[in-house]
Amino acid sequence: MTLFQCILMGFLIVCAISVSFSKNLLNSILIYMSYSLIMSIIWVCLESPDLAITEAAVGAGVTSVLFFATLKKIHAIQIEKEKREESDKEGDVHE
Amino acid sequence: MSRLKPQKEYEKTGAFHFFRWLSGSKDPYVGEIEMQPQKEAEIQETTILERMKESEMVRDKVYDVENNKVLKLFHKVYVVAAILFCVVLVGLLLYTVSYLPRIGNSANPDNNIVSERYIEQGLQETGALNIVSGMILTYRAFDTFGETNVLFIATCCVMILLMVDDVILKKQRIRNDRRFEPKNDGILQGTVFVLCPIIFIFGIYIILNGHLSPGGGFSGGAIIGAGLMLYTSAYGFEKTQRFFDEHIYKIAKITALCMYGIIGSYFYITGANGIENHIPLGTPGHILSSGIILPINICVGLEVACTMYAFYALFRRGGL
Repeated sequence: MTLFQCILMGFLIVCAISVSFSKNLLNSILIYMSYSLIMSIIWVCLESPDLAITEAAVGAGVTSVLFFATLKKIHAIQIEKEKREESDKEGDVHE
Repeated sequence: MSRLKPQKEYEKTGAFHFFRWLSGSKDPYVGEIEMQPQKEAEIQETTILERMKESEMVRDKVYDVENNKVLKLFHKVYVVAAILFCVVLVGLLLYTVSYLPRIGNSANPDNNIVSERYIEQGLQETGALNIVSGMILTYRAFDTFGETNVLFIATCCVMILLMVDDVILKKQRIRNDRRFEPKNDGILQGTVFVLCPIIFIFGIYIILNGHLSPGGGFSGGAIIGAGLMLYTSAYGFEKTQRFFDEHIYKIAKITALCMYGIIGSYFYITGANGIENHIPLGTPGHILSSGIILPINICVGLEVACTMYAFYALFRRGGL
């Protein structure tokens, strides 16, 4: 295993751990997306480009888009935005 | 001698009732059974107050973390036990991995007759330069057929759960036509205008070259599905419906599955009974070669692309 693959594996572990520790749902989806991207590079390194194509299209593309659509539908993204606006307003009042 | 019954006599027969029910002109329950709308459940004010009192009592007595020592202890033990469980599980799995044979060892159990046959005679028997594609679509075509069926059933289940009635969909569109569509974003639309044709052509290339180069039906179908999603998110559902609506979706999906079934069963029957099949293998390396792999790849690609797009459309607006 080359140094490059070791670094990629390290990224993979960091991503996998930080997905479960992230409080924000949007952030965890983005980290999950990057996990799939790193995984597809690892597939290329392991000489299976067909799996790499599928991983990039399904793991990084379609699954994340479906997660985003679901979050939007259950208003998980919107609520966070509203909360931020509220906190901004409060901050203005305190100033 | 047969003669037509008079209309009044015919209306009493079972055949008349059956055909009337089949054509859907009369609902058997309407008029026969008394139907009333369900009453709304009433909750009295006193019960609401009692429930509030009870929930307060539960919160004070049971979930009072500062005074309830058992609960405090439980939380501490819970965290420790969770960490211990994870550590033990990881250790157990790593311990098992240490018993696995090294990769690439010639004495490994995966180096048996089956893989030898695939590698040595795969090119002659399937005519595919891509051994993986030749293996999963000829030797193991039945497995792949099962996977394609799984995709079909998954879309059916998502449709059952998320499909919205056409009438409601139209009402929503009249009330707020931009609810599910993104705003007309210039940057997104410009990017998609350049990228989408390239993505579609790349997907088609991967499907058609499945027996020559890495890829195949699943990868190419996923890419085409992702391209459809990109187009829809930029231009909205109405423009996508010009070339891909529910009617075309049904035709494409069912035709692909049936074609796979027909080609596959011909292949299984001739193969299992030792009959000569009339599908020419062609010259390896040409685009029109390797027997059933190319048509099956196209079928799988269509199926996967339809599934991806249907998931997206159903998740976003509840209809294709």
